[in-house]
Amino acid sequence: MDSPGGILALLEADGVVAGYGETDILHGVSVTVDDGEIVTIIGPNGCGKSTLMKTIAGLVKVRSGRVRFRGEDISGAPPERVVGKGLCYVPQAANIFASLSIRENLEMGAFLRKDDYRGRINDMFGLFPDLAQAPGRKAHTLSGGQRQMLAIARALMLDPALLLLDEPSAGLSPAMLDMVFERIAGINATGVAMLLVEHNAREALGMSSRGYVLAGGENRLEDTGPELLANPEISRLYLGGR
Amino acid sequence: MEFAGILDYAVGFVVMAGIYSVLALGLNVQWGFTGLFNIGIAGFFALGAYTSALLTGPPPQGQFEDFVFGGDWAQTGGLGLGIDLWFFLGIGAAMLVCAAVALVIGYVTLRLNDDYLAIATLGIAESVRLFFLNEKWAANGSRGLYNIPQFLEGWIAPDKYDYLYVVVVLGVLAVLFLAMQQAVRSPWGRVLRAIREDEVAAEASGKDVSKFKLQAFVLGAVIMGVGGALYAHNIRFLSPQTFDPLLATFIIWAMLMVGGSGNNVGAVLGAFVVWGIWTGTQFMPGVFKDPNFRFFMIGALIVGVMLLRPGGILGESRRTARGRTAAARPPETGDGG
Amino acid sequence: MTVRWQNIGGKLPRLPRWWTPAHTAAAVALLVVALGILPVLKMSLVVNGVFLGGIIALGAIGLSLVFGILNFANVAHGDYMITGAYVAFFFIDSFLPLLGIEGQGLGPFTFGYPLLIALPFGALAGAVAAIALDSLIYRRLRLRGANAAVLAMTSLGLAIAIRGLAQIIWGTQVLSYPRESRQVFHLPLDVRIPPDSLFIAVVAIILVVSVYLLLTRTRMGKAMRATADNPDLALVTGINTQRVIWATWAIGGGLAAIAGVLLAVSQAQLLPIMGWKFLIPLFAAVVLGGIGNPYGALVGAFIIGVTMEVSTQWINPSYKPAVAFAIMIVMLLARPRGLFGGSGPG
Repeated sequence: MDSPGGILALLEADGVVAGYGETDILHGVSVTVDDGEIVTIIGPNGCGKSTLMKTIAGLVKVRSGRVRFRGEDISGAPPERVVGKGLCYVPQAANIFASLSIRENLEMGAFLRKDDYRGRINDMFGLFPDLAQAPGRKAHTLSGGQRQMLAIARALMLDPALLLLDEPSAGLSPAMLDMVFERIAGINATGVAMLLVEHNAREALGMSSRGYVLAGGENRLEDTGPELLANPEISRLYLGGR
Repeated sequence: MEFAGILDYAVGFVVMAGIYSVLALGLNVQWGFTGLFNIGIAGFFALGAYTSALLTGPPPQGQFEDFVFGGDWAQTGGLGLGIDLWFFLGIGAAMLVCAAVALVIGYVTLRLNDDYLAIATLGIAESVRLFFLNEKWAANGSRGLYNIPQFLEGWIAPDKYDYLYVVVVLGVLAVLFLAMQQAVRSPWGRVLRAIREDEVAAEASGKDVSKFKLQAFVLGAVIMGVGGALYAHNIRFLSPQTFDPLLATFIIWAMLMVGGSGNNVGAVLGAFVVWGIWTGTQFMPGVFKDPNFRFFMIGALIVGVMLLRPGGILGESRRTARGRTAAARPPETGDGG
Repeated sequence: MTVRWQNIGGKLPRLPRWWTPAHTAAAVALLVVALGILPVLKMSLVVNGVFLGGIIALGAIGLSLVFGILNFANVAHGDYMITGAYVAFFFIDSFLPLLGIEGQGLGPFTFGYPLLIALPFGALAGAVAAIALDSLIYRRLRLRGANAAVLAMTSLGLAIAIRGLAQIIWGTQVLSYPRESRQVFHLPLDVRIPPDSLFIAVVAIILVVSVYLLLTRTRMGKAMRATADNPDLALVTGINTQRVIWATWAIGGGLAAIAGVLLAVSQAQLLPIMGWKFLIPLFAAVVLGGIGNPYGALVGAFIIGVTMEVSTQWINPSYKPAVAFAIMIVMLLARPRGLFGGSGPG
């Protein structure tokens, strides 16, 4: 499958079938992300959004179909190899090492880096000043928003080309939520592409170039962010009918 | 060797293999059905054996007997029915004692992670052993209990007693086996398997997981108690040495693993096969005769089965086979959105 | 894999909200001090308990790390101990004498300097054995997706096989490192300390400090803590979990082996069953400190060691393992996550 622009897409999931135990959750999902793009996936609960993320990250086995990153087939690659290629994943829950300090979390994010990564840690502290205040603090003492920042910063330590964010705004207060989206836009502006699963679909689609609607483990709809926002059915089903 | 000698030997073999089958059936309820890791079988084995022996055996006589109590049911407890009813009373008492101890241990540990149960059973086995070793007043300490009465003694020539006892053992084994077959097919047994396969899912579907686990643990311990009592009245001598981990815990594990855990036929088959290997190797030349080599072999057998044939000889039906990947579990973080 | 931490103590009564691990630590410290100053106590037993605690600690720290990172109860840990002890025995008894290295009664100690040479080889043997068994056996089971019960079952088989192997090679009789009787040190309060105990204490302190530095200062140590904390996240972070597992086995097996040598020195004997018997205090210490928490295991080890020794003032000494078991049961009833909780989140 060619990407919309005709050139090779950054990420290309093609007809992915995956699941847990004996049940398939994804029945052939296709998603592409181009360089520098933000792409949002929305859909009802249990439609397979998180499973798709885990499958791309290598945590869940691809049973059929293909996942390509920068043209290279990564379906079936173990998670640590996927990460090494510049595709970093931030899970929805338990996305920090709670018993490690902030600095240690970032060091772990740089586990695959062979070079001196201290500069990168300072970059992260610049990007997320909250984290810089007490780098020795244990991560489990952080607030929800700070944890989310730390999780994203950890994933950025490897300088990824693509960030998979699973519900970055889950459980955050409205003020925090705005801040997180602002940061996400900021990171994207530096050239990091993003694949986003988001419950706050309106905000997420608002900053996305494209969006996918999944239902029942299958592609339901694909369009540009603004078009999806303008779609009355989507609005009624997934955007809270505001 | 003459035919009669071979037959004598074979009958003696079946008696021991039958007793081990009972113990393996008990372990199968705990591990095979429910996934409970009991590494202190020896504790329940010993409790069952000592309980029945002390209640039915004669009180202390003579200067070398330090223990203070012998129920002497064999002489007084026949209820005048003309047959040795005391034997069954002794088994019943063994079952009760094992149930009580299993209830306490299970209650403390089964609410928690399974690993705690393993550690606790290890502790209980050692504590039971230390108790009978040190408390001479209880069971004569390291000198052990002897003169343990035999069921229907005198009905048959003493040197042919195995021919009678083999019927008793196989009878008890048959009853337990049929009961366990019923249990595993019952709704109760299905819940146990569900717990073993996916505790979280079983809990989510509204089952009181720790209650079911406790029931399975106690039932398994009770069956082990029966095995202990059968053993005591066969060997007629018990000492703390009898219940060393190798012959009272490890070998029973090897039996269940080899035969096929989760499968009652497998438990019995495994008991006969492993006991056959164990006793057979003593007739073999060279290193096989070395008890230490046989010790090593039991361990290697377990590891080998786990690696090469996790289901044992018979295994379980594929549907309920053990072993799932972490990724195969339902997503813990929720498939949100 | 994170389920285990949620399971522990999920439905049990909790201490008050304001109660922090610091409170527990203070309470325990108070308890230990109270025990120590009670005049009815024989201080000698307390001191010996501390030395015993040092040996338990070396085994329990490794056991707790393995528990936390590989997620199963390694019942072969005691047999990794005797592996080290017997390999050291081989060096002292057979190999080093070939090189003309023999001796006993070094300075105030019962043993000779060959033991100092043999000790690191014993540790190496424990570490190599643990890594080899992982590569040959556990790794395959993990790749197949075996659950914790299967891994624990396998470790039971290995425990039996290792002991059987030791019995084939060295027999079941009581052995001992070459030793020379030595005067014990007499201190005030009727405290008598065998000089060997001081050696044990020094070795234990050095190793515990090294493990602490390793876990907090090195990349691999931090990766080990990260993996114990959140194994799935460790995978997607790019941490090489197979290397983390090997490092864990190396530390666990090495420490266990040294603990085995020290146990054989302090008891002046070496028996194949020693390892299996030692499992009870090891697990008691791990449970006391909170499964997967190596620092907790350290504290737990000293509590278990001291209590085991002190109990002999009233109870038949052969009940020491039962005492350790009893403490563990009380702990499971009162505070099943251990004094300090596991290393898991929450």
